[in-house]
Amino acid sequence: MLDVLQFDFMQNALAAGLLASLICGIIGSLVVVNRIVFISGGIAHASYGGVGLAFFLGLPVLPVTTAFTLAAALVMAAVTLHARERADTVIGVLWAAGMALGIILLDITPGYNVDLMSYLFGSILAVPQGDLWGMAILACIIFGLIIAFYRGFLVMSFDEEFARSRGVPVDFLYFLLIAMVGLSVVMIIRVVGLILVIALLTIPPFMAERRTTSLGAMMAVASVLSALFTVSGLLLSYYADITSGAAIIAVATTCFFFSLLLPGKKMV
Amino acid sequence: MVDVDNEFDYQCEVQVSEYVIEMKDVCCSFNDLVVLEDVNLAVEQDDFLAVIGPNGGGKSTLLKLMLGLLTPDSGTVRVLGESPGETGGRIGYLPQYTHVSTSFPVTALDAVRMGMVRSGFSGIAGRRKNGDEIEKARTALERVNMLQHAKRGLADLSGGQKQRVFIARALVDCPEILFLDEPTASVDPASRNSLFRLLSELNDEMTIVMVSHDISSLASGVKSVACVNRSLHFHDAPKITGDMFRMGYGDGEGDVCCPVELVTHGAVPHRVLGSHDGGEE
Repeated sequence: MLDVLQFDFMQNALAAGLLASLICGIIGSLVVVNRIVFISGGIAHASYGGVGLAFFLGLPVLPVTTAFTLAAALVMAAVTLHARERADTVIGVLWAAGMALGIILLDITPGYNVDLMSYLFGSILAVPQGDLWGMAILACIIFGLIIAFYRGFLVMSFDEEFARSRGVPVDFLYFLLIAMVGLSVVMIIRVVGLILVIALLTIPPFMAERRTTSLGAMMAVASVLSALFTVSGLLLSYYADITSGAAIIAVATTCFFFSLLLPGKKMV
Repeated sequence: MVDVDNEFDYQCEVQVSEYVIEMKDVCCSFNDLVVLEDVNLAVEQDDFLAVIGPNGGGKSTLLKLMLGLLTPDSGTVRVLGESPGETGGRIGYLPQYTHVSTSFPVTALDAVRMGMVRSGFSGIAGRRKNGDEIEKARTALERVNMLQHAKRGLADLSGGQKQRVFIARALVDCPEILFLDEPTASVDPASRNSLFRLLSELNDEMTIVMVSHDISSLASGVKSVACVNRSLHFHDAPKITGDMFRMGYGDGEGDVCCPVELVTHGAVPHRVLGSHDGGEE
């Protein structure tokens, strides 16, 4: 049954999926408890502008996209800093503007037409070795930052107003969080596509939140769930011959709906 | 507000300056809408101040100015002799109940421990598990009679129990001033009474500032009242009698949402601006 593992591309795909699961489990948990799913979606879509810009300028894709996405993320962080739930219109505009910019820039770039689908659903079966290293380094950075500021993130996520009243540097933590979301999204989008990024950022953490009693445990459970979805989705895509990204999402959403039937904390 | 109780028997530090909160000529507005105008307020140490007023009258804004969550357009605010927001570990805060996500993965004990987070960057580093902190958190939970639920997830607790956990979080670091924002909202009458008992008890150790739209909150323990409706009127009311309380409720048909106007029926010296939206009595 595990004969699929002898293929290099499958090994790379699994490694990429597991790294993405780890990153999404950690960052996604913070995204869910801070209720910034919409902002994360906005960042993911706006990053497409960076892809277009890179092709238009003829520069390497990854650094340009990273810089563009970070800039977009920080703009969104600034807009939402003091009205986290009320800035959704601005987020929606940046979301659409980034995507449109990317497509227009690709349109007017002579002689090249990048495949849009691969950015929506990714190409996890064609992950280059270099991207794996990039993801591994990013995972280490995120892991380090979360451990370093765990208490701050915990207190801010639980009750931002209380954290401010205690003099916790909430603004710094918020910008840092949004920047980490931006970095994660860029790194993972090339591998699994932006739709899968949002799915992995939200579904496993949501399922984990209902069954854990600490933020750290939520992150761990979300990472494991995410890894399970990714691996089983990959196997499903291989044996049933369907698109890998869509297969992973299908597994995740199916499990999500079944998990709602099982007992857990009240949903709010 | 009246007599300063010097018997500090708790481990909390004693504050020496005369007023623990001072607001001078404070104005605050949002998008050209003036919420607070020329507010002057001085709160003495060991006071138990109830801030009452109609919805949208600026009660919560006043509290947020004291906490440093908002900055005034003009005027000065000093809390414990410092700018608000600089007071970090010396104040305790109970935000409005609706404020926190109900499904957040945290135990009651860990939620209380968050009340000990230090200000600045040193406070947010790491994930310490020091025994001293846990001991303090357990003491605070015991104080609000929630110790038996210490290990339970916050999401599994009832509304009143959550409220007590949040009070424990506000108390755990021995604040000099305790700020409460609508502590009686969404709490059943029994829990409300025990909450007021606890607050009067705590008032022996710390100054309390409580925002409330609930007139029954005035019945117990409150030493002074500030009525806020754009402007602020301070009432040094050492005794708010049950009589006044009854009158307040008895006459309040139709205007029950506005405790300021209800209070005006009472015998306690009480000045309220004529422009209060119900008009004069």
